[in-house]
Amino acid sequence: MFGKLTWQAIPFDEPIALGAAALIGLVLCAVLVWVIVKGYVPYLWREWITSVDHKRIGVMYCVLAMIMLLRGFIDALMMRSQQALALHAPGYLPPEHYDQIFSAHGTIMIFFVAMPFVIGLMNFAVPLQLGVRDVAFPTLNSVSFWLTAAGSFLVTLSLVVGEFARTGWLAYPPLSELTYSPGVGVDYYLWALEISGIGTLMAGINMATTILKMRAPGLSYTRMPVFCWTSLASNLLIIAAFPILTAVLSMLLLDRYCGFHFFTNDAGGNPMMFVNLIWAWGHPEVYILILPAFGVFSEVISTFSGKPLFGYRSMVAATMVICILSFMVWLHHFFTMGAGGDVNGVFGIMSMVIAVPTGVKVFNWLFTMYGGRIRFTSAMLWSVGFMVTFVIGGMSGVLLAVPPADFALHNSLFLVAHFHNVIIGGVLFGALAGTAYWFPKAFGFTLDERLGKAAFWFWLVGFYVAFMPLYVLGLMGMTRRMQHYDQPEWRPWLLIAAAGVLLILTGIALQVAQLFVSIRTRNQRRDPTGDPWDGRTLEWTTASPPPVFNFAIYPDVTGAEPYSGMKERALESMQPAQEPKYEAIAIPRNTPTGFVTAFFAVVTGFAMIWHIWWLVTIGLIGAYATFVAFAWRDVGETEIPAEEVARIDRATREVRAAALRRTHARQHEQGQSA
Amino acid sequence: MNTAALQPQDVPEQVGHSDAGTGVPHGATDSAGPASRRIIVGYGFWLFLLSDIIMFSAFFATYAVLSGATDGGPTAAQLFDTRNVALETACLLASSFACGMASVAVSERNQMWTQLTLLATGVLGAAFLALEIKEFASLVARGAGPTRSAFLTAFFTLVGCHGLHITAGLLWLGTMMAQFLAKGFRENIRHRFLCFSLFWHALDIIWIAIFSLVYLNGARA
Repeated sequence: MFGKLTWQAIPFDEPIALGAAALIGLVLCAVLVWVIVKGYVPYLWREWITSVDHKRIGVMYCVLAMIMLLRGFIDALMMRSQQALALHAPGYLPPEHYDQIFSAHGTIMIFFVAMPFVIGLMNFAVPLQLGVRDVAFPTLNSVSFWLTAAGSFLVTLSLVVGEFARTGWLAYPPLSELTYSPGVGVDYYLWALEISGIGTLMAGINMATTILKMRAPGLSYTRMPVFCWTSLASNLLIIAAFPILTAVLSMLLLDRYCGFHFFTNDAGGNPMMFVNLIWAWGHPEVYILILPAFGVFSEVISTFSGKPLFGYRSMVAATMVICILSFMVWLHHFFTMGAGGDVNGVFGIMSMVIAVPTGVKVFNWLFTMYGGRIRFTSAMLWSVGFMVTFVIGGMSGVLLAVPPADFALHNSLFLVAHFHNVIIGGVLFGALAGTAYWFPKAFGFTLDERLGKAAFWFWLVGFYVAFMPLYVLGLMGMTRRMQHYDQPEWRPWLLIAAAGVLLILTGIALQVAQLFVSIRTRNQRRDPTGDPWDGRTLEWTTASPPPVFNFAIYPDVTGAEPYSGMKERALESMQPAQEPKYEAIAIPRNTPTGFVTAFFAVVTGFAMIWHIWWLVTIGLIGAYATFVAFAWRDVGETEIPAEEVARIDRATREVRAAALRRTHARQHEQGQSA
Repeated sequence: MNTAALQPQDVPEQVGHSDAGTGVPHGATDSAGPASRRIIVGYGFWLFLLSDIIMFSAFFATYAVLSGATDGGPTAAQLFDTRNVALETACLLASSFACGMASVAVSERNQMWTQLTLLATGVLGAAFLALEIKEFASLVARGAGPTRSAFLTAFFTLVGCHGLHITAGLLWLGTMMAQFLAKGFRENIRHRFLCFSLFWHALDIIWIAIFSLVYLNGARA
């Protein structure tokens, strides 16, 4: 009846896992009870869960990423403390549990933190920067988000029911084959990633269509903000790379469920093919993550330097070159496979070449700052911290791109230090810079800067203390994923690294405090103008938070950085732009389709993991029924009458006009005193 | 603040930037704003098809790598029945033709012909699927199932993945027919039909690749 599912699936014999599971269960229950008691359920259902508004979905993506970041970070704490203890000793985590922790840490941080974070930022900001009212397919957007959430739910569930993979975050066969991993851990991994991967693919198609086919009048390609360009590149990469992930994970599933021979050791299977295919997705994936972060830095650095971005065109060209090159370097992840000197040489050189466009970008950011009037807000601090950290990480990457060096450093902690250096210093700092930058746009009040800056410094210093020792350890020969070791000279470095993780923990605590304090004092930190940073692009022309339709009328763009031009002109003529003629706006209706689809995806995935075949059938029929029910809908849009649009927009215009008068008076005063 | 008087090309950091925009609405400019719904839907679906074709290309690549890995078992030349494959191909191409006819009927808003041609599309698609299942069953019966060797694993997965797409397409097709009957030729339903026909023709293209790279190549070797 319940397939492989029995009471033994609950890890009663692993007190730590059980404790963690109980804690998560308690927190979830507490939140649920609080939401129900406070009567928030109808509000959440109406305004968030069923919302197809790209801004709401973007925020939910970011919230998901932040929650999963906590989970992934707890894994990191456990690994660092285990290694700090495990010299000539078993430590406190048994090997089979430790193996699950490092597998879960990598899987969660890439798929359920970094991905939702950048997709969330793109979802929120891109349509606003393009001056349009939503993404191309709003309901599909909601489906994408909820499928990602379904994937993270399954990963979290594996903590309580059953186990997670012990194979590392990419589940290389033959270890991940049924012969060597007979448990459900790998199946949890596979189904979680299949489900969330489809969500990501749909999100990529949606966003690429939006950028290519929906832009405000006059917003030609060469006028698009760089964040839109990097988002375009990233989403094109999603479209090109994620199908490969879906395919290769399906092959492993077929091996495990149906006894196929893609990657087995016998019957002609070829495990190295898995490694090739997974990295044909995996290398573009790192650029899928970093390119939007590059876009965030471009926006932040330009805004807070008070200057247009230096070398806009070279920035765009560099982005697209990276987009193409990212598909030509996958083999550098396994130089030691033995493809031969020629093949390794080609891929080594390609990997070094990709540093060139990245270098172009770094110089462009530096020259943007040069001569600018720089404001060191927390978003700007993240950006400067990124530039320094990322350059170091990039250089260790170029070193690893040299095949002979890679033979020595492969699978060592040097590699671990390298990719944390670029992913934390690049992607995560970018996501946090983007959060600090766009938070006021999303919620209408600014985040507490003092706590934000403190969090940045703890993160930055903590990062260096935690990861620089790993470079040293790698050079000393320590390999990754060690549950215990017998080299006393490694111990001091591992202790330093553990101290670094505590510094990062302080940074995270400060960020939680920042959110808490900022929300409590939101009434003092309201930003009525919708333009707290003196922004240059279209998202700052609308109110904060933007009305559901984003723009009362489509902005008509006649150049790059349209909002800068608009403000300059308004200051010159001393009056705001003329009031337009308002028209009724049709907006897509909310729908629970995404949530229900994700529900059935979880049911199907869970049933597949535990071999409960009747439940699989129910899940699939449910998914099809949801599709038909959505297709049968007669009214897909609601209309906001012209008077309502006018009322909302006039309120914004009034605040803007007052701000304009203040700025003008100030400039006048300065002119007289000079 | 005299920079306003400078031309963009005089200021180094502004090279590559055109004049700052006004953001003020005024008539039409060089780009007309968001595209029409039909363009957006079609374009988005094309991107999906591209991604689907990339997924197939991963299966094709896998087949190419594993096609020689027969593990002492039967080879392609011993197994493939080109007559059955020719019949399958005929069914699928005819189905695609019927789908093209359906497009004409939909653009003419002719309910009867729409239903008839879509029915023909579906019946031919189902015939293709039946032939494929027959082929698979006979292979398994001869001890050449997907678990026999890596070559057969790759073969069954590649061809089966196409068959799975056809199955999903048939479900979609049935839903589409019901929608035309119940709701008529509403704009969004016509957009969906546009996507369906793109999907159906794309499956033909993939089949042609399977036909030539897998079957013709295999039977010849």
